[in-house]
Amino acid sequence: MASTTTIPGFAKRGFAPWTDRNSQPLLRIEAISKRFGDFAAVDQLSLDVFQGEFFALLGPSGCGKTTLLRLIAGFEHPSSGRILLDGVDLAPVPPHRRPVNMMFQTYALFPHLTVEGNVAFGLKQEGLPKAEIATRVADMLALVKLETFGLRKPHQLSGGQRQRVALARSLVKRPRVLLLDEPMAALDKKLRGETQFELMDLQRSLGLTFVIVTHDQSEAMTVADRIAVMDRGRLMQVGPPAEIYEQPDSRWVADFIGSVNLLEGRVGEAGDTIEGTPFGRIRVGAKVAAEPHATVWVAVRPEKIRLARCEAGAEQRADTENSAVATVVDVGYLGDLSLFKLRTESGVPLQAAIANTGPLTARGIGWNEKVWLSFAPEATIVLTR
Amino acid sequence: MRRLSAFNTAALVLGIGFLYLPIIILVIYSFNASRLVAVWGGWSTRWYAALVQDEPLLQAASISFRIAFIAALVATFLGTLAAVALIRFGRFRGRLPFAAMIYAPLVMPEVITGLSMLLLFVAVSIDRGFWTIVIAHTTMATCFVAVIIQSRLVDFDVSLEEAAMDLGASPARTLLLVTLPLIFPAIAASWMLAFTLSLDDLVIASFTTGPGATTLPIRIYSEVRLGVSPEMNAVCSIVVAVVGIAVIAASILTKLNAARGAPVQVQP
Amino acid sequence: MKPQPQRSRLAGIVVWLPYAWLIAFFLLPFLIVLKISLSQSAIAQPPYTPVFDLAAGWSGLRSFFAGLSLDNYVFLGSDPLYVLSYMKSLQIAAFSTLLLLLIGYPIAYAITRTPRHVQAVLAVLVILPFWTSFLIRIYAWMNILQHDGPLNQLLLALHIVREPPAWLSTNTAVYIGIVYSYLPFMVLPLYAALERLDESLLEAAADLGCPRWRTFWTITLPLSAPGVVAGSLLCFIPIVGEFVIPDLLGGSQTAMIGQAIWSEFFANKDWPTAAAVAVVLVCLLVTPIVIFQHQTMRGMELD
Repeated sequence: MASTTTIPGFAKRGFAPWTDRNSQPLLRIEAISKRFGDFAAVDQLSLDVFQGEFFALLGPSGCGKTTLLRLIAGFEHPSSGRILLDGVDLAPVPPHRRPVNMMFQTYALFPHLTVEGNVAFGLKQEGLPKAEIATRVADMLALVKLETFGLRKPHQLSGGQRQRVALARSLVKRPRVLLLDEPMAALDKKLRGETQFELMDLQRSLGLTFVIVTHDQSEAMTVADRIAVMDRGRLMQVGPPAEIYEQPDSRWVADFIGSVNLLEGRVGEAGDTIEGTPFGRIRVGAKVAAEPHATVWVAVRPEKIRLARCEAGAEQRADTENSAVATVVDVGYLGDLSLFKLRTESGVPLQAAIANTGPLTARGIGWNEKVWLSFAPEATIVLTR
Repeated sequence: MRRLSAFNTAALVLGIGFLYLPIIILVIYSFNASRLVAVWGGWSTRWYAALVQDEPLLQAASISFRIAFIAALVATFLGTLAAVALIRFGRFRGRLPFAAMIYAPLVMPEVITGLSMLLLFVAVSIDRGFWTIVIAHTTMATCFVAVIIQSRLVDFDVSLEEAAMDLGASPARTLLLVTLPLIFPAIAASWMLAFTLSLDDLVIASFTTGPGATTLPIRIYSEVRLGVSPEMNAVCSIVVAVVGIAVIAASILTKLNAARGAPVQVQP
Repeated sequence: MKPQPQRSRLAGIVVWLPYAWLIAFFLLPFLIVLKISLSQSAIAQPPYTPVFDLAAGWSGLRSFFAGLSLDNYVFLGSDPLYVLSYMKSLQIAAFSTLLLLLIGYPIAYAITRTPRHVQAVLAVLVILPFWTSFLIRIYAWMNILQHDGPLNQLLLALHIVREPPAWLSTNTAVYIGIVYSYLPFMVLPLYAALERLDESLLEAAADLGCPRWRTFWTITLPLSAPGVVAGSLLCFIPIVGEFVIPDLLGGSQTAMIGQAIWSEFFANKDWPTAAAVAVVLVCLLVTPIVIFQHQTMRGMELD
């Protein structure tokens, strides 16, 4: 079941057409399934994409995200369900007539055509006059900063340049939806970061709708207005990145996005505590929407855990909620933060992440030290599935 | 392990030498002024001069070239269609017997294919001659063309065709604008192969020939059965030279096209 | 899958044009050969009877089928010369294939051991002789193997023999001719299979302590098996029916079946017998042909 939480505070840049009851989606995917023999690559999936969104399909390999993209482009036919663009069913429309364009993971640039030839290809198929084609191609090449590369062939370009040609080639046709299949998979880390921001700028300035497929979480979180998390052909959750991260609606999503500590327990009588977790009693931030004694899981993100050295001190009281004594089992230094693997006295393993705000020379928490860990009730997420 | 061991070097040298030595000896003897092989009479081009006067031989050469040209053209066309059907059309009905008929002539002994085609022509009362040889050679060459084009298509990057369709080209225009230009080196190579197979064929031509359609191999064979002759040496050397130049030219052209012909590789 | 109407029409032509051609000029001839093998020789034009005549109507059809017989096959089976010829052909083909394998494998292997850019050149060098005329190459050997040809001159000069041996018209000459002509057909499939071998497998074996020769025996050789099968079949099957090589280089002892078909047809003008010999040959070769087709289709991932 897809979540459609409508807390506007989560939306980036104040853009949230999915919260507006009156707005119609540009692309509507209705109960789409795609089966290969017994195997269902996409299973009863429904989704709405709105005009102007940068929409991401995120999931592990084999989750069906690329298949879904190819269904929208028309290279696969659904076993059941419909895809509607502007309210029109796309089923009878072959791929070369859909107002949808795709940027391929391998770029698929035509080796026998120049950069200009590649970018002009789609416009030629539309039968536009030569002068107009030339103008639009020149404008697009300027937009992707490849003005002087027009006469080169693909094999004479670097990976990043080829990617931009592929982008220009799709964009020049002004598609209703641009589909991007792992567009940055072949780029090195630095280039990837720069390209992500360039893509976002391009999307916003042109006012287009992008649907991107990626397995890279940080990429999805960076570029997308909304993310659809998929697993084994099914939709797990849809929402803005902050919502997916701060309010996952299942253990699977909580675990897939970032890291998380999960503690199983039962809802307390008053509904604002969870009893019987390996951690003891946990106080949560708001009243839990579940029956008392129901089994739930408490998720706490590592960065929300506070650590302090175990010295006799006022904050460390035996009956403080959401706290315990633990030993540091392992430390991972990542430069900007340190990851701590902890084990409480009762044997519960936990992860904590602390930003390295102080200088290196200041004495940090080390191996086998005893620490006092705690987290605020508001930092907990209660998951019912 | 890119350095060649002694064993490997020997294998290469002996192997390639073995392949070329007979031809080199043949060419040398074509310049032998003496008619006898045992005697070296000095360098001379008299046998080449004699060739120019040999009318029946020149006639036979002309017939062979014309047959080869036409057969190669038709075979390349049919073979390319067959390869496209086998690779791109999935499991259509009748695909298995179709594939079987494509691969069988590759290995079938030529006496059998020659005999069977002749019996066909007789049974339907087609006069044998120039055109029956063309039909026979086309049939034989189509299979070789199909195999070459097929292996090229298997390597072909399908996403290029998908990209073309995504950009608005219909399947027919995709074939014309993207697929064919990119597999063109393979098409050219198979035309050359079909041409050579036809030019060179003796057995099938012998079965399917008719009056006035003596091909070059038939002519050479009838001379050669009687023994070695220097004029034949000269003819053969010329053919070797022509084919050698053509093949070397073709491979250089292929090298030059290699960069644009191969699909663009993306390293993840 | 919803096929577009225009696509189906175009697709139909793409399949049916070559299909129809092959049915007409490959399949149909075989059926005719079969039919003629069941006929008798006749002094007529065409030189066999019965003749299939649609105009003769139903009774004509009946008498046509009555005229067919298995006489030719009986004749073949009873004449030891033919049986011997088949056996000889199979034997020569098998032995030649073995020779080709023993000679061709080291060559193919050596090519893969050279740097990439050299490999392309070597591959062209190997295939170049194949492009020059088959007939010419056999004729080249006739030159060499002559009684006073260069080979004997060399042997005499090196005092290896006292008298020039006769090479032509012997089995040996036939083997030389066959190996020479078919070598590219063996080397190229072997090279293709060996070239596809993942070099990291060999490095892994070395890393695990395997000596070079054992790596070859337990890893390289088995993995190149498809190439070995393809090359062997590509040579064996046509060699069985070879005509030109035994005719020009061989003698009376090498009566291969291809020569039998040729002489029955051209010398004796006995078409039905020639057809029967051909049919039996095809039956003998059907198993290797089917294996070859299966192998090739699997190689192209068609099945």
